Amino acid sequence: MAEKKKISRRKFLVRGGLSTLGVLAVGTYLLRNHVRRGIAGMINTADTPYQGNTDTPIIWFEITSENKVVLHSPKVEMGQGTFTSLAQMAADELEISMEQISVVHADSASGNMDAFATGGSTSVSALWVPLRELAATMREMIKMEAANKMEVELSELTVTNGVISDGAKSMTFAQTVEGVSDWAVPDTPELKPISEYKFVGKPIARVDLEDKVFGAPIFGMDATMPDMLYGAVVRQSRIGSTYLSSDISKAEGMPGVLKIVQEKDFVGVVAYSLIEAENAKAAIEVQWESQENLQTADIRAMVTVGKGKPFVIQKEGNANGLLEDDDNVIISEYWSPIGAHAQLEPSGALAYVEADKATIMMSTQVVSITRGEIAERLGFDAEQVNIMPTFLGGGFGRGLHTPNGIQAAVLSKAVGKPVKCFFTRKEEFQNDRFRPPTHHVLKGKLNTNGMIEALEHNVSSGAVAFGSPMLPKILETVLGADLGAWRGGMIQYGVIPNYQAISWRVKLPFATSWWRSLGLLANTFAIESFMDELAVKADRNPAEFRLAHIQDNERGIRLKSVIRTVVEKAGYTDEVIDGKAMGFAVSTDANTPCAEIAVVSIENKQIKVHKVTCAIDPGLAVNPDQVRAQCEGAIIMGLSAAMFEKMEVENGELTPTIYGPYQMALMKHAPKEIDVVLLQGSDTPGAVGEPPLGPIGAAIANAVFRLTGQRLREMPLQLSGNDI
Amino acid sequence: MNISLNVNGRSHALEIADGNTPLLWVIRDILDLKGTKFGCGKAACGACTLHVDGEAVRSCSYGVKFAEGKEITTIEGLGTKENPHPVQQAWIEEVVPQCGYCQPGFMMATAALLNKVPKPTDQDIDDNIINVCRCATYYRMRKAIHRAAELHTPNEVVQNQNA
Repeated sequence: MAEKKKISRRKFLVRGGLSTLGVLAVGTYLLRNHVRRGIAGMINTADTPYQGNTDTPIIWFEITSENKVVLHSPKVEMGQGTFTSLAQMAADELEISMEQISVVHADSASGNMDAFATGGSTSVSALWVPLRELAATMREMIKMEAANKMEVELSELTVTNGVISDGAKSMTFAQTVEGVSDWAVPDTPELKPISEYKFVGKPIARVDLEDKVFGAPIFGMDATMPDMLYGAVVRQSRIGSTYLSSDISKAEGMPGVLKIVQEKDFVGVVAYSLIEAENAKAAIEVQWESQENLQTADIRAMVTVGKGKPFVIQKEGNANGLLEDDDNVIISEYWSPIGAHAQLEPSGALAYVEADKATIMMSTQVVSITRGEIAERLGFDAEQVNIMPTFLGGGFGRGLHTPNGIQAAVLSKAVGKPVKCFFTRKEEFQNDRFRPPTHHVLKGKLNTNGMIEALEHNVSSGAVAFGSPMLPKILETVLGADLGAWRGGMIQYGVIPNYQAISWRVKLPFATSWWRSLGLLANTFAIESFMDELAVKADRNPAEFRLAHIQDNERGIRLKSVIRTVVEKAGYTDEVIDGKAMGFAVSTDANTPCAEIAVVSIENKQIKVHKVTCAIDPGLAVNPDQVRAQCEGAIIMGLSAAMFEKMEVENGELTPTIYGPYQMALMKHAPKEIDVVLLQGSDTPGAVGEPPLGPIGAAIANAVFRLTGQRLREMPLQLSGNDI
Repeated sequence: MNISLNVNGRSHALEIADGNTPLLWVIRDILDLKGTKFGCGKAACGACTLHVDGEAVRSCSYGVKFAEGKEITTIEGLGTKENPHPVQQAWIEEVVPQCGYCQPGFMMATAALLNKVPKPTDQDIDDNIINVCRCATYYRMRKAIHRAAELHTPNEVVQNQNA
């Protein structure tokens, strides 16, 4: 029977410390290359365990007097729908209705904090078991308390819609928990069979839908506090600038200016309004030390396969020997540009620093890291800083880096009042941590049966994971290759007897980092375009060609399944019909295989995507409607990156700095038909938010080839010549 | 300058230092209506779209002095949970928002379009709905715009303003 255990609300059982990757790394430092490749393989396929509290239900669930449950989520909501899926999982085990549950962001001070991040398409999969166990435990805790209060046997009690009953008497959750401070905690109850769930697996409407349709003030930029002031910080416009000093004489005394704050690494203004803060900021003269006049061509030259240090991340057989120059080796090069996050809500924070504590309201994907950085700068213990995460106006990885929180906190400390401080759009474009540009060299050789004898993928890329505060520095040595940069860069065709993937590291003079799906988009564009080239060379149907090279293990079977499904659903053909052609591509990301077929025509010399069919196997879809929504959004975001987006470097500055000139897909570019087919090759939930970005670039390019004969090997895809 | 603003059917007497202050910041920071969003400050993304006399306006680049005496409607005045505007109703039915940040701007742009073009074609939508959504919810938005057109009776926005 249950053991009586006391839990006080102030005594938290949070597990901090190293991330999964860190744990993996510690035991394997100093090991040799084959182990390196083993780690690479593990990280590419491993499910990421949840890095936070999993054994204290009372910091997850709050029971209100209206007999509703508030789920305090340590995962943040940035559009991916996690709040809704978590609510479904919890409601089913709590035995409450969807109307009885709401979800808010957990404050870091609550103790319910994710020690890692919200990202990597891991939230639902990582919390699948822990959250349901927490909910089931909470339900049993309430039942045990009700049994005491009702003086009946626990086994007599059932729960329906938050009401506990023995058939004669009943109590609500709210009545039961009133006044309880010491809880009896049972052993972890057995979870219900999935077949008994009422909400998991159903297309429940988003829990944040009404807030978002009626304009509720839920975002970081909407946060307010009494007596709030406005901050503005001077930020670099030139690549690689270091702040040296500033002349604030013209800005001092300008209307509305309360204080100008000169720090060792930045200068900022606090004023009574945003406009006054920005006006004063514009009057500050800053001396920067900055890089020479770099141009796009300089960056492109840096990102070149063959330059820097190679790391073999995958190796089977003897690709090296077979792919030495000879007439039968096919070699192609591919490129992808610098990409911006361009999330609509600019980075920023509202901070209130008092004598012995700080309160920060902001959009962040890394609550724990944000808290640590701010505490360090203020000279506080981490526990003195309370991060109150808000809904993010887009994440996409931008929210994984949050020095803006530090700046707001420093400004607040200087005036002793709450200060809200945000980036301008120009600053956002020039101070982003970009999707790195890439260069790929693919080599392949066919045998006389039209099968691939040897295949090699080389990728040169700016950093993704390396340099991030999320990754222990030691891992850069252990891993060698940047695990973010080669995401999607491994070869998924296990039937090929000889293959290898090689990652070339390059350090760029500006920050590059996590961008939704990391290297997946560019790597899949290169590999799957090249697979299409080989299929054409072998004179085979491109989907059949892929199928013939996929092994029959569990991973391979799921991969084949999405390919067969998408081909059948789209009615794939190599033929051009009514001026439209189809292109096929497939990728596997974080264990989720996804195949896509794009239907493309040329209109006014521009590529036009009419329809995308997508077959994806993310395992159990906790919310099939939101899985579809993620696929639809990821396909159009990927289309946007593949067809339009590109940052340039001109005279040492990143440009453009505004939407429009930074071209993105708009309504008119979005396919009018997107057909998503969900397969379930596993009974647990897998990754959803990023995998469907993988195939879209190659699918479009492969369709363009069938239509025009032009093999487009560089994103953004541009048709050339007049023969179209 | 002293200025009188009519926002969502309510009149506000305000003192504004500079009449060129963008309407967006008056709405957000003085009137504390946070549903209208800042995205770019250059009228390039449409996150700040609201209505001035029923016309869609990008309020980040619209001086507050030009709004004097006109009827301003923001997302908070478009409809309520109890009585949603057809555009909001359609957005709910199609479960459009993801992160949601740009959505008020899109809904305001759509409501203004439907008042002029009650049954927009796909081409009308492509030509007129030119805001930026980074989550790329365009596929569901198009469905929702057609659905809103089915639900919509012209001039509903004006009626709401006078309510």
